[in-house]
Amino acid sequence: MAEKQHLHLHVNGEPVDVVAPIHNTLLEVLRENLRLTGTKHGCELGECGTCTVLVDGEPVLSCLALPIELQDAEILTVEGLTEDGKAHPLQIAFAETGAAQCGYCTPGILMAAKSLLEKNPSPARREIEEALAGNLCRCTGYIQILQAIERAAAGDVGKPISV
Amino acid sequence: MAVIRDTIPAFELFQPTSLEDALALKRRYGKASWAYAGGLDSLDWFKDRIKRPDAVIDLSGVAELRGIRDVDDGVEIGAMSTLTDVETHAGIQSDFGLLSDAASKVATPQIRNQGTLGGNVSQDTRCSYYRGGWPCYRAGGNICYADTPTSINREHALFEADRCVAVNPSDTAPALIALDAKFVIQGTGGEKVVDAEDYFITPSTDITRMTILEPGDILTSIRIPGTWKGAQFYFEKVRDRQAWDFALVSVSSAMKISGGKIEDIRIVMNAVGPRPLRLHDVERQLKGQSATEDVGAAAGELATLGNRPLQHNAYKIPLMRNLVKRAIRGLEV
Ligand SMILES: Cc1cc2nc3c(=O)[nH]c(=O)nc-3n(C[C@H](O)[C@H](O)[C@H](O)COP(=O)(O)OP(=O)(O)OC[C@H]3O[C@@H](n4cnc5c(N)ncnc54)[C@H](O)[C@@H]3O)c2cc1C
Ligand code: SF4
Ligand code: FES
Ligand code: FES
Repeated sequence: MAEKQHLHLHVNGEPVDVVAPIHNTLLEVLRENLRLTGTKHGCELGECGTCTVLVDGEPVLSCLALPIELQDAEILTVEGLTEDGKAHPLQIAFAETGAAQCGYCTPGILMAAKSLLEKNPSPARREIEEALAGNLCRCTGYIQILQAIERAAAGDVGKPISV
Repeated sequence: MAVIRDTIPAFELFQPTSLEDALALKRRYGKASWAYAGGLDSLDWFKDRIKRPDAVIDLSGVAELRGIRDVDDGVEIGAMSTLTDVETHAGIQSDFGLLSDAASKVATPQIRNQGTLGGNVSQDTRCSYYRGGWPCYRAGGNICYADTPTSINREHALFEADRCVAVNPSDTAPALIALDAKFVIQGTGGEKVVDAEDYFITPSTDITRMTILEPGDILTSIRIPGTWKGAQFYFEKVRDRQAWDFALVSVSSAMKISGGKIEDIRIVMNAVGPRPLRLHDVERQLKGQSATEDVGAAAGELATLGNRPLQHNAYKIPLMRNLVKRAIRGLEV
């Protein structure tokens, strides 16, 4: 019994129709049905945060969510960060400070950071750390990630980096 | 054993839009049904194919389970309120800060956005043998893998263990007991309202469950009476990392001081037994005393009486002792 369901989702500002088994997670539907492969598969258990997307502006784990429940919500993935083909200031700041090494955690962290900056445009270091508490990075040591978010928040994107 | 497959096998999903319909489904499918709240624990079990219910009943469309309301002198929290809702609710913060504090210490922001209060108090134990699909007592088998000479049992119980030595992992459950919350349950026998303390059970009552919920039951709301409103609260959770990790030991307390003496107090510890452990003896001893360092130290000693450590969890004994002491000393006026 692989009951398929017609789902009406709203992803990155556009309505999309998908036919998928109801037991597929949001992560699977985003990646496999919608080909939005920016959002990554990690632990599948809620323990890494790389699958983070925004649902009505709040970070959630797409590996532990059923899309059928989110039909009335606005879903935002890392692909939705760019506007008119231009990278989001957070993305530029991440590139400038070297906040991504392998990059596997980056989509999830960008989404958590985006949600934070929407609510709190000039967060303190401590507040950034708390907002990112649900996202693991195995490479950067986090410092550059925190700096990138501070840089984006301060509107310093494009300016020379002072070390 | 322990095969992690990541993808969820098919299940039948029901999306009732009223409590009545949800209860009818629960009744119809009984033991083969599964209440689906935030889905964090639920999908975890389904992915590993360890639990395979026939009928998954999604509670998210049931309006009766939502919302946080002021009632009389207290507050009533719908079971489907998220932990973030509970953590950020202004009334809960000002009157029952113990609960906001406990909710804010759960896991990560994402998990608090998705996890519900009802799911948090009803969640199953995190014993890694059981979670890994090992056929232990709790899973219906006849061995406890956590209680053998070579077991890894650093996170397991000091108290009230039976054949199963697993602990209750919830952070909000002990806070709710300290606040004298009442749990409202709807089920085959109509509505039941139980003291938070009586919602949780030990393996000697039923080794396969953590709560009194019967297969046809739904937890609909949690009521916090005004009894402890504005009391002095203390919550502390000791864990390996400051995010994600479950408590190694936690303490939740509510205390009323009058004329320099402890007029009334509740202290509840979690992650030391199969249900949150309310320290009745300690509470009795503390009434009428001053909240000093010495009194706190004596209370800490009393709190640990009767503990039965396993090979790797004796470190929880001094943790308990010190947390009890801090709960009292930290609240000193
Ligand atoms: C990685 C990770 C880390 C975590 N860390 C912590 C932590 O540090 N502290 C902590 O306290 N918790 C922690 N949790 C638990 C988490 O906070 C959730 O509360 C929990 O997983 C279940 O909540 P849920 O709403 O997702 O419920 P679900 O997963 O949907 O349900 C959980 C169980 O409760 C039952 N249930 C749920 N609601 C009802 C209801 N209204 N009536 C009857 N039965 C019901 C379900 O049938 C199921 O058996 C963690 C979870 C994860 C995945
Ligand atoms: S502690 Fe309980 S849940 Fe863990 S292996 Fe033993 S019987 Fe199973
Ligand atoms: S893949 Fe979702 S939290 Fe790790
Ligand atoms: S850059 Fe590799 S995990 Fe973060």
